[in-house]
Amino acid sequence: MEVFVQQLINGLTLGSIYGLIAIGYTMVFGIIGMVNFSHGDVFMVSAFTGLICILMLTTVLGMSSIFLILVITLVVAMIFTGLVSWTIERVAYRPLRGSFRLAPMISAIGMSIFLSNFVQVTQGPRNKPIPPMVTDVFVIMERDGYQVTLAYKQVIIMAVTAGLLLVFWWLVQKTPLGRAQRACEQDRKMAALLGVNVDRTISLTFVIGAALAAVAGVMFLMYYGVVNFADGFVPGVKAFTAAVLGGIGSLPGAVLGGLLIGLIETFWSAYFSIEYKDVAAFSILVVVLIFMPQGLLGRPEVEKV
Amino acid sequence: MIATTGATSPATPAAPAAAPVRPPLLKVEGVTAFYGNIIALKGVDIEVNEGEIVTLIGANGAGKSTLMMTICGAPRARDGRVIYDGQDITRLPTHEIMRMRIAQSPEGRRIFPRMSVYENLQMGAALDGGAHFQEDLAAMFELFPRLKERVSQRGGTLSGGEQQMLSIARALMGRPRLLLLDEPSLGLAPLVARQIFDVIRALNAERGLTVFLVEQNAFHALKLAHRGYVMVNGLVTMSGTGADLLARPEVRAAYLEGGR
Repeated sequence: MEVFVQQLINGLTLGSIYGLIAIGYTMVFGIIGMVNFSHGDVFMVSAFTGLICILMLTTVLGMSSIFLILVITLVVAMIFTGLVSWTIERVAYRPLRGSFRLAPMISAIGMSIFLSNFVQVTQGPRNKPIPPMVTDVFVIMERDGYQVTLAYKQVIIMAVTAGLLLVFWWLVQKTPLGRAQRACEQDRKMAALLGVNVDRTISLTFVIGAALAAVAGVMFLMYYGVVNFADGFVPGVKAFTAAVLGGIGSLPGAVLGGLLIGLIETFWSAYFSIEYKDVAAFSILVVVLIFMPQGLLGRPEVEKV
Repeated sequence: MIATTGATSPATPAAPAAAPVRPPLLKVEGVTAFYGNIIALKGVDIEVNEGEIVTLIGANGAGKSTLMMTICGAPRARDGRVIYDGQDITRLPTHEIMRMRIAQSPEGRRIFPRMSVYENLQMGAALDGGAHFQEDLAAMFELFPRLKERVSQRGGTLSGGEQQMLSIARALMGRPRLLLLDEPSLGLAPLVARQIFDVIRALNAERGLTVFLVEQNAFHALKLAHRGYVMVNGLVTMSGTGADLLARPEVRAAYLEGGR
């Protein structure tokens, strides 16, 4: 029971991070039908941006308020990562729009390799640590010496994720911007006929997806305390799995898929074998693709015309 | 059914009020358009004056819908020019053309399937900045009471006729100066089709809305329109007033008696 509760907490934390990344995959796929393979590396870049920002704030400026450091780091990472993603879309994807379907995906793989190599060259190949932050924990259960703990940083991760998702949901469902975004997703040509600037809306989709990945990146950094140039790949592919599991194109699906992948991975590690946790996660991708390709909350292919 | 409309239609519409002095609201000059390597428009000339209803009739595949879309820049005209309100819009991006208050109810209706009727109308109102949203919404519900019943239903679940109404209402929500209507009567029950023609006529008479109408229902379209063009294989082959075209034997043979 104690192990179960502990893994539940850990799984939800990890799942929050996957969910935030998965939204970027699902939104981009929804609007231009492309799997953005560089998204995981954008996430890694945001973690590095967070790392540099935190180190600057603590060592150069001598700031000590954890709250302020986190807020500033989040804002900086979101803005910078958004800009990176905007630029990538501009130079690597937009010129290929209207080309054959695989072209932008190949370009995205290229972009992914470029980003991880760029970070490797400029930041070095080793793990980069940050000073430990928010180390306090709540002990919520204890029996026979086994403590079930809920770390402050886990609370922060879940709370920030939940808050951000609410804001994001409101943005997509209730604002003219979100409506234009959904219109482009459903019928780009018609959206243009109603005066929507489709190219700008697509750019914005990339920026929003990257900003959410940036939050995930900073949370990842805070949670594990280290990051290296290769850290974009596996979380990226898992978040993609989450998006497929939830039903690619579906925003609630991305979040649900992220949480499920996080839970499956942690429970697998706890009860079976930690070495095979990635195998478990990716087996799900295979099973979902074979038996329910539309995912949990995805829509069926057929629409009444 | 045909005979009954005779009573209400303006038999011989007076020539549009200020025709000769002012330049046309929309002028299409020698426009060609291609899908890949296939030519769809082979040099089309058309004029629509402010306050007119102009119709374009022709068989399936003649290029009518292509012309509608080419006016909006998608596909873009390869040669020739599209002049709107004195300005060359041939090379403008689609969304900028539409923001000059051109609205289109396109072929296939293109309702956003996963948006509610309300949201579809909101999308239409974006061209107008949303300033008159409530007022225009009430007006649309009066024109099409059916939409009011369906207001929170998803667009994709509406029947064909309801989607057609929604498509026209969505176009009108932007308060256009020029309304492009592509086959508004397609797939509609005759009664609903007539209702839609009545709405077009009323909007033109009351608000002075300029309408460019593509129709397969040649008889009704020519009855409704001030002027008409006939398109065959990407070329305009005939033009004249609606009554004039209706009287021509070749039009009657191709589009009225045989084709229906």
